[in-house]
Amino acid sequence: MEMNFNVKGMDFNRAGEAAAKFKKALQLVGMEVATIRKAVIVAYEAELNIVIHARQGSLTLKVYSDRLEILAQDEGPGIPDIALAMQEGYSTAPPHIREMGFGAGMGLPNISKCSNNLEIESEIDV
Amino acid sequence: MNNMQKYFHSVMLDRDNCKGCTNCIKHCPTEAIRVRKGRARIIEERCIDCGECIRICPNRAKLAITDSPERLAEFRHTVALPAPSLYAQFGPQVMPRHILGALLDFGFDDYYEVAVAAHAVSGTLREHLSRPHPRPAISSACPAVVRLMQVRFPGLLENVVPVETPMEIAALLARARANRERGLKNNDIGIFFITPCPAKVTAVKQPFGEVSGVDGVISMSAVYGELLNRLDSPSARVTASLSPAQGVGWGRSGGENHAIMNHSLLAVDGIHNVINVLDEIERGGLRDIDYVEAQSCTGGCIGGPLVPQNPFVSRVRMENLVKKLSRRTPELPDLPADPNFYRLKRPILPLPTLKLSHDINRAIAMLEQVERISGDLPGLDCGSCGSPNCRALAEDIVRGYAETSYCVFKLREKLQLLAREIVDLSQMQPPAMGREQSGTGERQEKE
Repeated sequence: MEMNFNVKGMDFNRAGEAAAKFKKALQLVGMEVATIRKAVIVAYEAELNIVIHARQGSLTLKVYSDRLEILAQDEGPGIPDIALAMQEGYSTAPPHIREMGFGAGMGLPNISKCSNNLEIESEIDV
Repeated sequence: MNNMQKYFHSVMLDRDNCKGCTNCIKHCPTEAIRVRKGRARIIEERCIDCGECIRICPNRAKLAITDSPERLAEFRHTVALPAPSLYAQFGPQVMPRHILGALLDFGFDDYYEVAVAAHAVSGTLREHLSRPHPRPAISSACPAVVRLMQVRFPGLLENVVPVETPMEIAALLARARANRERGLKNNDIGIFFITPCPAKVTAVKQPFGEVSGVDGVISMSAVYGELLNRLDSPSARVTASLSPAQGVGWGRSGGENHAIMNHSLLAVDGIHNVINVLDEIERGGLRDIDYVEAQSCTGGCIGGPLVPQNPFVSRVRMENLVKKLSRRTPELPDLPADPNFYRLKRPILPLPTLKLSHDINRAIAMLEQVERISGDLPGLDCGSCGSPNCRALAEDIVRGYAETSYCVFKLREKLQLLAREIVDLSQMQPPAMGREQSGTGERQEKE
């Protein structure tokens, strides 16, 4: 079972829609409450990353009986130093985004905390 | 009570008045209503008794089941528990003590003000917030919001403060007082909450804790006329109100927060606004907030479906009353100091009513079908099929509660195909027919 959701960069009004759609689907499947809660956070943070940093991207949810996979793909500037990006509080979000209360440098760390396995691939200057 | 029935609901359908329109299905926050055979049907396990359908129904076909005041006769000693919102339903000169006098004149033997219990609960909340707790803590006071979380936000139930509602605390204190001061046995005491909403009725008949201490719930609107007439009645006893300003303020949105003070507090009212805030919390937001006061009705309890007064008028009345009361030093009765007295006796558990199947593999396959069918439906969410939107119809089809032909657009498509086929068929003729009137043609073909 696979679900897809397109996300546009800078579209803050719609941020959270993919996470909400995934949550609804997982409730229909009857996933455990704690699993759903973690999946919502992972999906939302990934969605927000695309909104803040990328031109456009997509989120894919893959549902299996024993696990979930959330795949975020986007076209954006890329992450030059992944280890640095994983540090709590490290952010490359511009000041005007931070003024909105986003871009606190907790996105990737939160995703990492809420998932059992996190893989990141990035290419710069594509 | 209600061993026979799995769910009790205060919100019910009046079959005679329901025309089968689709107003209610589209406003229900848990998608708990369907129209079938020309009438609305409430899916019991999903209904949270918020009363949105009562408000929206143009035909007044949604009712709240409450207890009749005649039930007072069942008990030797009756105690009224007036919700704080009751104090805002009357004119500007009417003070709580007048309303309490009218309640006694109406037939109650005693009263215990819920606003007094609300004051005590505020203290427990302050104490709870000063210790480590899941952030943000969420109020347990509005039963419609708690049921909403059981159905749609089970992951947030651990954030709900494990504290009893002012109504339950008032019932406990009222009973203890009747035991103590009058030597009455529990069976002789009837405790009646005067309610602004149906959710409180359900909270009593099907409580979150083990049992409710409330014996009956009477609609505020049902006694309003009686109370209004008795405000100036010469037989009304002069009595005293102990309600402090902070406790009375619980009757409107923001009141809990005002009573708690000194924390980072958020108040949200209106069930659809509450859903937005809970979504945000579920996504990991609002960690900077200590406490969320969430109320299903716009304006808080004064906006309840069973209040007689316009909520904007009662809001002004309440603000003025709170101002007046805050100039006085309250003379509160002795309230239990032990925080455990105010604790919820058991945790609030999820009500997983949304899942498609108990078998997860089957549920995944069914979800796939839901996705496919909903992509195939027109996406206009017109509601003519009796489900609140196209996606819900797709779910209903997969669950076996509906058919694709319930969709008028799908039906039309099918009819068009069928019509074309009929035209095609009508032009086909069996070989024995279709001889041309005259001329050449087949005759020349050969004998």
